[in-house]
Amino acid sequence: MEHSRPNPDELLARVQAEEKQQARGKLKIFLGYAAGVGKTYAMLEAARARQSENVDVVVAYVETHHRAETEALAEGLEILPRKQIEYRGRVLAEMDVDAALARQPQLALVDEFAHTNAPGSRHPKRYLDVQEILAAGIDVYTTLNIQHLESLNDVVAQITGIVVHETVPDNIIEQANEIELIDLAPDELLQRLKDGKVYVSEQAARAIEKFFRKGNLTALREIALRRTADRVDDQMRAYMETRAIAGPWATTERLLVCVSPGALSERLIRTARRLGDELDAEWFAVYVETPNHGRLSRQQRSRIERMLHLAEELGAKTLTVPSIAVAETVVRFARSHNITKIIAGKPVRPRLLEFLRGSVVDQIIRRSGDIDVYVISGEVPPSSPTFESTGWTPHRPFRRYLTSLGLVAAATVLGLPIHSSIDPANLVMLYLVVVVVAAAYLGRGPSIVAAILSVLALDFFFVPPAFTFAVTDTQYILTFVGLLIVGLVISALTVRVREQAEAAQQREAQTAELYEFTRDLAATSGIEGILQAVIKHVSETFSREIVILLPEGEALKVGAVSPGFALTENESAVASWTYQHNEPAGRGTDTLPAAPIHCRPLKTFRGVVGVLGVKPTNPVSYLTQEQSRLLDSFANQAALAIERTQLAEQARQAQLLQATEKLQTAVLNSISHDLRTPLVSITGTLSSLLEDSPQLDAETRRNMVETAYEQAQRLNHVVGDLLDMSRIEAGAMRVKQEPCDAQDVIGSALDRLAKPLQDRNVTVNIKSTLPMVPMDFVLMVQVIANLLDNAIKYSLPETPIQIDVGMSEDHLQIQVADRGIGIPRQDLTRVFDKFYRVQRPESPRKLVRLEARPALADKYFRVQRSEKVTGTGLGLSICRGIVEAHGGAIRAENRAGGGTIIALTLPLAKGSTA
Amino acid sequence: MSEPGLRVLVVDDEPPIRKFLRVSLTAHGHHVFEAATGGEALSAVIAHRPDLVILDLGLPDMDGIQVTRTLREWTKIPILILSVREHEQDKIAALDAGADDYLTKPFSIGELLARMRAALRHTLPLSDTPIFTTGDLRVDLTRRVVTVIGQEVQLTPTEYDLLRALVANAGKVLTHHQLLRAVWGAGYEQETHMLRVNISNLRRKIEIDPTRPRYVLTEPGVGYRLRADN
Repeated sequence: MEHSRPNPDELLARVQAEEKQQARGKLKIFLGYAAGVGKTYAMLEAARARQSENVDVVVAYVETHHRAETEALAEGLEILPRKQIEYRGRVLAEMDVDAALARQPQLALVDEFAHTNAPGSRHPKRYLDVQEILAAGIDVYTTLNIQHLESLNDVVAQITGIVVHETVPDNIIEQANEIELIDLAPDELLQRLKDGKVYVSEQAARAIEKFFRKGNLTALREIALRRTADRVDDQMRAYMETRAIAGPWATTERLLVCVSPGALSERLIRTARRLGDELDAEWFAVYVETPNHGRLSRQQRSRIERMLHLAEELGAKTLTVPSIAVAETVVRFARSHNITKIIAGKPVRPRLLEFLRGSVVDQIIRRSGDIDVYVISGEVPPSSPTFESTGWTPHRPFRRYLTSLGLVAAATVLGLPIHSSIDPANLVMLYLVVVVVAAAYLGRGPSIVAAILSVLALDFFFVPPAFTFAVTDTQYILTFVGLLIVGLVISALTVRVREQAEAAQQREAQTAELYEFTRDLAATSGIEGILQAVIKHVSETFSREIVILLPEGEALKVGAVSPGFALTENESAVASWTYQHNEPAGRGTDTLPAAPIHCRPLKTFRGVVGVLGVKPTNPVSYLTQEQSRLLDSFANQAALAIERTQLAEQARQAQLLQATEKLQTAVLNSISHDLRTPLVSITGTLSSLLEDSPQLDAETRRNMVETAYEQAQRLNHVVGDLLDMSRIEAGAMRVKQEPCDAQDVIGSALDRLAKPLQDRNVTVNIKSTLPMVPMDFVLMVQVIANLLDNAIKYSLPETPIQIDVGMSEDHLQIQVADRGIGIPRQDLTRVFDKFYRVQRPESPRKLVRLEARPALADKYFRVQRSEKVTGTGLGLSICRGIVEAHGGAIRAENRAGGGTIIALTLPLAKGSTA
Repeated sequence: MSEPGLRVLVVDDEPPIRKFLRVSLTAHGHHVFEAATGGEALSAVIAHRPDLVILDLGLPDMDGIQVTRTLREWTKIPILILSVREHEQDKIAALDAGADDYLTKPFSIGELLARMRAALRHTLPLSDTPIFTTGDLRVDLTRRVVTVIGQEVQLTPTEYDLLRALVANAGKVLTHHQLLRAVWGAGYEQETHMLRVNISNLRRKIEIDPTRPRYVLTEPGVGYRLRADN
């Protein structure tokens, strides 16, 4: 289930890397395949070009080797003085990093990227100096020969026979923003060499002679060209991925390379790196730590460390897996990590041993199934005698017993020629050695067999009378008993020590796994990520299919599941039982043991948060006690993590609820105000009329009644808005889209507001040739009427209102514009929110800004004071509801020269109706 | 203004509304009968022989559409529908069932009286008014000549038929269905699109500002109405 599309994390990482790059200086590498191809020359040329573009360029370190053309190019560039470092009586000139940093140029030139600094310098390597310069935001141009590239080091050594010690890690090169390949035909280079145009130091002269052969140069040239081409390919792919361009993605290969203390490992790792690069594959370097690990020399152990470190440097994920069975562990690891190719070294141990034990590689190949196994040959002779000790533990019981028999036989053969000269009692020592060896390497059974066989052999071969089991001297009975007891005790003790060591290693490994798991859990937020992390870690650690079920109401729902695993009804029942009883159930328990799945409650002290189901891919494999305990720990961690997200979600909900309640209170206040105000005026008027007091003259009465009538209309308006809003909110508004005449819509809206508009100057710009547009006539009339209503309310009576109707390719656009008080910028989108009214200062004192513009302030107050500003705060949100139900959009903007424009667009094609 | 002494039947289940209508209409010199249910309304029409019925759509025993249908089975008495905004479809159904006009609650008494007048007028036969005028629009029904401010306007046959149908019911709302059936014939009732296009063209020819029509008025969601001079 690998997906080749970039996931969000990758994209984020890429964006961050790009951002980091922006702050950092840019690194450009002039890459050549041999000395003399003209890297320095090309670098200087490029630098001069930059200088002519007014870029501040300095030479931090350039080696011209006194070549005239090169020196000529360097002329005119500012050259920083070198730092003199004394080392063993010699003065070495190195690049002065501090001087470069203090000078702060835009671009620094640093020759020979792979150079090793004199001891006592700040960094051991020049490329580290360059890192520091880059970090200071300074661009760097540098030069490099292909053989200095870490991963190609051994290839180059093989081709040329010269081992290069100055190497640059590949990831440093990969960070380069630009790599320019400086190419020169080998013939031409050789000619230059002949002409003395290539600098050759005296010490290197001999090596160089060997190096500069056409065959070598051609091979190196090819490597350099391919490497650069690969990089271009990678960049292309990265570009395509960030821009989601579909392309022929690399197949997702995963490689695994087996690391051993043998000399071959380095070659294996480099091979894996190259193969990984070519396949664009993720790769793992794995060292299987057998109980013999403790017996390796310190040198060998540190070698393994180094190898793993090297692999990491080359981009591998490295792991140390403790186990007694190397091949089995490698293959199991490969399966659990979806490895497609295993790279192992060709065995170099003597044929006889190989025949007896079967090589690890053979075993891997036998078990690998569909995984490809690449066997890499080593030229290294089988000089290291300990190489064998890493892998060898015969696994088959039969073989182990056979070995134990062989050991006793060997001791006997050894004892036969000497038994006449030494006491049989001392021959016991020989057998004790056999027992100890058997205990240490072959396990309990074979060592017991060895002890018994030893007694028998001693009796048969050495105790007189020889070649019979009869014993003449009874004192030998004591020898036999002693040998047997000592043998058994030694065997028991040795085996126990071994088991303890193994257990300790296993625990350590488990702790590491658990640590990885908790770290992953801590790094993810959100239930999705946590479930995925649980699935990934548990299935990898236990090689099982996993399902996590979470309660939803009363029922359990699958929260996440290993790819390709479908829960059967039977298995669901096990999970339900587990959830209800808060006890493990299914396979390996007393409840429903026949089920193929094992379920555990995910519990915290607050209760059960879910169920973890574990199903072995191999039906006969059961969890060991140790694994079971580990699974418990995983389950506990998972439960806590799940609970954590649930609590976070609850807190969020509570917050939301609080906000909603606050909003509801505000809404209620607003509604009660809007409903009561007109009622007060109406009730007041009517009660006055009812009293029929003689003070009221006809004029006053008429005035009061007019006010009450106006207020009644306002009340009607408020109720209408509230009903519309609740219909929109309840989704009860049906939009009946039919082809309508936009002109008719505008006309009807103007007609509806005929009275408030009677003294206003309204211009309508509309083409008479507009086609019919699908819309709900009644609702759109209401939208336009609401917009006009707002325009009337928030502008002065003498200012014009303008309606523009236009048509684009696929949209109808209607704009209602006024010359009113406008909308504060921060409120432009919020005006469409329910009950949102633009907060305007109520007292003149708050109007500091307006005071500076008396004309505007005056206009503002006149609008504020006018009776018309009595919106419900619903008009625009109703408009938005209707327009969006048509599949259109509405927005507010401030008009140039003052005022507001509300613009809405409707799709011409009968669109997404709500 | 309107002819006094009309016999008006008010059908509404809300006593305050009946009371308001009784007081107002009586003040204008009309005689008011009341009914609270559909059943009462039907028997009151037979018993009192009113000149006009004001009918609320939401009645407890049967809906106003049913009352309209039943009445239309035997009488052409003008029926004025009272509706609320939430029941657009019922209003149109009642109009299609034969009601003469409608009013949306709340309404002013002025609007009510104007509607009553319109509803009563077009019980007059069309032949009595061969020339119809409203504002600057003049339609000579015998010669099929239409003029606006004295200028003759060329209409297509469909546009003329449309205008003629509106003239025949001047002042009264005509639903989309009614207009479509009158102009295009039965079977075209769903073709609102054709109606809108023709109305749009008609307005362009007879209205001074088609965006603010003075003669052919839109009743949003219901239909059209030709303005009638009083």
